[in-house]
Amino acid sequence: MGMTLTEKILARHAGLDHVEPGQIINAKVDLVLANELSAAVAIKVMRQIRGADRVFDASKIALVADHFVPAKDAQSASIAKLMKDFAGEQEIEHFFDVGRGGIEHVVLPEEGLVAPGELIVGGDSHTCTYGAFGAFATGMGSTDIAAAFVLGEVWLKVPASIKLVYSGTPGTMVYAKDVMLRTVGELGIDGATYRAMEYHGSTVDELPITGRITMANMAIECGAKNGIFHADEKTIAYVRERTNRDFIVEKADPDAAYERTIAIDVGQLEPQVACPHTPDNVHPISEVVRDDLRVDQVFIGSCTNGYIDDLRVVAGILQGKTIAPNLRVIVNPGSQKVWMQAADEGILSTLAAAGCAVNTPGCGACFGGHMGTLGDGERAISTTNRNYVGRMGSPKAEIYLASPATCAASALSGKITDPRTVEHLEWTPTRERAGSRGTTVSLIESN
Amino acid sequence: MESKLHGHAHKYGKNVDTDVIIPGKYCNIIDPVELGKHALEGLDPQYTARMKPGDIVVADTNFGCGSSREVAPIALKGSGTAAVVAKSFARIFYRNALNIGLPIFESAAAVDGIESGDEIEIEAAAGIIRNVTKGTNFRAAEFPPFMQSLIAAGGLVPYVERRLAERSPA
Ligand code: SF4
Repeated sequence: MGMTLTEKILARHAGLDHVEPGQIINAKVDLVLANELSAAVAIKVMRQIRGADRVFDASKIALVADHFVPAKDAQSASIAKLMKDFAGEQEIEHFFDVGRGGIEHVVLPEEGLVAPGELIVGGDSHTCTYGAFGAFATGMGSTDIAAAFVLGEVWLKVPASIKLVYSGTPGTMVYAKDVMLRTVGELGIDGATYRAMEYHGSTVDELPITGRITMANMAIECGAKNGIFHADEKTIAYVRERTNRDFIVEKADPDAAYERTIAIDVGQLEPQVACPHTPDNVHPISEVVRDDLRVDQVFIGSCTNGYIDDLRVVAGILQGKTIAPNLRVIVNPGSQKVWMQAADEGILSTLAAAGCAVNTPGCGACFGGHMGTLGDGERAISTTNRNYVGRMGSPKAEIYLASPATCAASALSGKITDPRTVEHLEWTPTRERAGSRGTTVSLIESN
Repeated sequence: MESKLHGHAHKYGKNVDTDVIIPGKYCNIIDPVELGKHALEGLDPQYTARMKPGDIVVADTNFGCGSSREVAPIALKGSGTAAVVAKSFARIFYRNALNIGLPIFESAAAVDGIESGDEIEIEAAAGIIRNVTKGTNFRAAEFPPFMQSLIAAGGLVPYVERRLAERSPA
């Protein structure tokens, strides 16, 4: 019997020819990730392990301060310092403080730390994002991360795989986010618990890397252990631009065994919205707009939709316009690199001119940490991945999840709006804008 | 794991997620007792006021879904909650709970047979859940053999120490 993509990667990392669902294995890891939330406890646990003075391989550890930066209070600052000191002591070079990194899951692929066929564990449930690159990646808690820091291996139960086959070309203003929200709606928030989700089909073959990232990112919203795509030329080109490291591109065997196969045709799919208070409460936008829902805040960002492609869509909708009165729009580019690219393309100034608050890269409002927390009775529409009660602040707030296009359209009207009903221009960084930057520089020089 | 647990049940529904077990704003707290003051705050702000140390959380399917925050089981443990009995657990929460030593038990029948306020006794090692109020007994699903050896070793930390010792040419 053949193996699925997940099984192949797990078998190789366990030094086995074959693995089967349910089997417990010890697998070598290629990268271990922690953020403030997981690192604080992981470092504490590591110090309790007798005989564990050093991490197994400092080059295979990444520490990212993204959840509470810039430090929201003294406690958060102490945690970031703990990480910095630990990185120094252990000679971990991949430590990303505010201003150098951004959201962990945006930063790691950008920095060439993720490649096809690799096995990655992270102290964050959205570690599954790296499945977009054909890697096996899964989230764990701090004690497991401490163990991985020390041993360079983890115990895992081999998950059974669910094969998702997507067909059809999404219509205008329908994006990977809509496809994934539909998927979460179909499967439910425990529909893939303890399972691997393997994405197939012509629709996902056509998607840009950022679209696959959005989809792999939300595998955990179905309870999955991991979500995974096959690496293709696009993946390899992306990774090769960023690292010289050798990697092995694995493929599922033609006779691999899947627990279930689910076919999803996206040809007729409308933009989708996850309504309060679970990510699987998904409805087509045409149903949601009937309720004429005013919003208090629009949030654009996160490891789901904080990428340059997402910001271009938003800028294409908001350029030359102003957001609705009595509305806050908060934009967090996913990483420092995304921020710089968006600045170079004139996106940040376009969004600021429209009335958006542009934050420094980080998680911020996504999990109700800081920089955009919701108050009692407020309603938000957000490009993020979770809308559980209290996720973005007050337990009396409502969160709707949607694509960047739907969020931008809603920013114009101040109500949840079908993006197909608003004007949308392809975003092009204009010559004029590049020229005006040049002028500014020369003016400063002549002073 | 303590051999006998004894307390009153606090019953909740399905999909109790980590955002309600410990809201994000508290996730920069490290001290278990401090975290414990906010356990289940997003779902039931009165939980910590009503519960007594030793009490048991009982819930439907998919308990602990959402984020990987280990502070979720730590907060429950820090509040004095002795155990969680649920129909099923989300994957990361399950691992985390066992790793940090929060006893968890899977039994659909027990959940259906327990109401809030019932007096519960659990024989942890045998996985026997007793509803003292109603005089009924239930048996929790057995842990897979590997998990049993982890629990027997005293959690993940001793397990890692053993692995390290195996490796070093002592
Ligand atoms: S952006 Fe949101 S979902 Fe992503 S890592 Fe940060 S808090 Fe988690």
